[in-house]
Amino acid sequence: MTEAATTAGAPTSFAERSGPIEWASLPRRMVTIYLPLACFVIVLLFPFYWMAITTFKSNEELYDYKNFNPFWVSSPTLANINKLLFQTDYPSWLVTTMTVAVVSTALSIFASVLAAYAIQRLRFKGSQWVGLAIYLAYLVPPSILFIPLATMVYQLGLFDSPMALILTYPTFLIPFCTWLLIGYFKSIPYELEECALIDGATRLQILWKITLPLAVPGLISAGIFAFTLSWNEFIYALAFIQSAEKKTVPVAVLTQLVEGDVYHWGSLMAGALLGSIPVAIFYSFFVEYYVSSLTGAVKE
Amino acid sequence: MAVTTQRVALPPVEQSWLARLFDWKPFLIVMCMLPCAGLLLVFLTYPLGLGIWLGFTDTRIGRPGEWIGLENYVSLLQDDTYLTAVWWTFFYTFVATIGKFALGLWLALLLNHHLPFKSFLRAIILIPWIVPTVLSAIAFWWIYDPQFSIISYILVDRLGLLDQYIDFLGDTWNARWSLIAANIWRGIPFVAICLLAGLQTISPSLYEAAMIDGASAWQRFRYVTFPMLMPILAVVLTFSVIFTFTDFQLVYAITRGGPANSTHLMATLAFQRAIPGGQLGEGAAIAVSMIPFLVFATVFSYFALARRKWQQGGKDD
Repeated sequence: MTEAATTAGAPTSFAERSGPIEWASLPRRMVTIYLPLACFVIVLLFPFYWMAITTFKSNEELYDYKNFNPFWVSSPTLANINKLLFQTDYPSWLVTTMTVAVVSTALSIFASVLAAYAIQRLRFKGSQWVGLAIYLAYLVPPSILFIPLATMVYQLGLFDSPMALILTYPTFLIPFCTWLLIGYFKSIPYELEECALIDGATRLQILWKITLPLAVPGLISAGIFAFTLSWNEFIYALAFIQSAEKKTVPVAVLTQLVEGDVYHWGSLMAGALLGSIPVAIFYSFFVEYYVSSLTGAVKE
Repeated sequence: MAVTTQRVALPPVEQSWLARLFDWKPFLIVMCMLPCAGLLLVFLTYPLGLGIWLGFTDTRIGRPGEWIGLENYVSLLQDDTYLTAVWWTFFYTFVATIGKFALGLWLALLLNHHLPFKSFLRAIILIPWIVPTVLSAIAFWWIYDPQFSIISYILVDRLGLLDQYIDFLGDTWNARWSLIAANIWRGIPFVAICLLAGLQTISPSLYEAAMIDGASAWQRFRYVTFPMLMPILAVVLTFSVIFTFTDFQLVYAITRGGPANSTHLMATLAFQRAIPGGQLGEGAAIAVSMIPFLVFATVFSYFALARRKWQQGGKDD
């Protein structure tokens, strides 16, 4: 998987040998490298372990640290997951989130491919400034846009509809994807397009038959990134959606599963776990693309 | 030979006017830019302007506002909750950024050694960054529970270091440090993986040369690693600062601004006043007051990027 992804043409290769040469002895390496690294991994992963273990605990075990070891489940139960799936709107939240993420990703990729192609390959006067403007658009955070967007969404009659999210998510997806794809198109030799132009291909044919097939790894990177970003989006979904069954998973877990002052930690953790798993699975298939798009975007 | 001459002599393929229109460069550029520019202008540029305008009005939900000039800003300046939020936003950004970068750089340096299962390690380290922030924040909320906090359990019942459980989210400063810790936790993977990519572009021969010259480990870091890492560090730093400054999810999920409004960031306060409170004008004013800092950070980023190009030999695109 790792090998295949790297050779598939991801722009950064981690396979190359790099970094300083090692002369330190093994005990020394133990203390200076492996021990701190182990601490990092434990701290970074502990909340997920804790989330997972809480999900499978029964209520009596959950609130009793004296008689049960809190780090382990003695009698695992599916009650929390069962409650979540069959007594709440969780399946419909999942469907909404998935739909919104897929549609807004598709829309953003479509717009970004065309824009990146125009900026990087068609090279018009001022294309560099357009590129800069798109970079700046990425730096405009949703936190300052959601209030005016909320009034717009209301006036357009999109309030409480998934369309509001599908149309607003591209504001942060398009700048990122365009930026990533500009960098990717740059790495494709322009000579290939010149050959095609000489052979009489039209610009659109070149984009469709030459540039895009070569940019597939870049498209996958942009796509999975956009999907993850829209899956994780919170503030727009919180502000624009009101009815319980239309919420997205992150918002619904936080607002619908907390009933009054009593927190049902078991089902809350189950909601968090089940909401994380789709992204985690998705991620595990495309790790190399994530890393390359993350680092590629920063390096550009 | 005959075949090639024949090919050259082929008449140009007849194209419909539509195909020719799409091959006309100015038209094609307009068509290509249209979806992107349309969406961004309508849903990004226009709301940005609308937000600035709303900040000067007394708009409420369901009632169009009237121009009231600087009144929102004047009343905010006398509002202790707002002033606390501003101060806390800067403090949060400052401390969390330092923590993220110190630990992230350390992790990147550790990962840059020759390790077994390196790509696997890199993969699991990114997980906190991939999982939706709100969902991991809920896990932190549970970890910070006053009665059943696992941290308190370890410190009190297992290690015996403390006498009583820590009230993580009920006390102003405990809540603040807890939020900073959660933010650092979430930010480390991004910083570490980006800096690792930067570290891997540094040629090993530089270290070998420095070692031959007798440089110590610290000197190698200070005079080889750090200057070579500076360009990418500057970019990642700007991103991290901007997104920490405008953070919303973590605070909203863990404390909702409490206890007693002491952990409201400017973004959460803007949300609180605008959406549940209905004071769209005032909320917009709070959000707009974040813009000067963002502009400052962006200008800083621009010059950091320019410096980077200069360091790499001035390539222009």
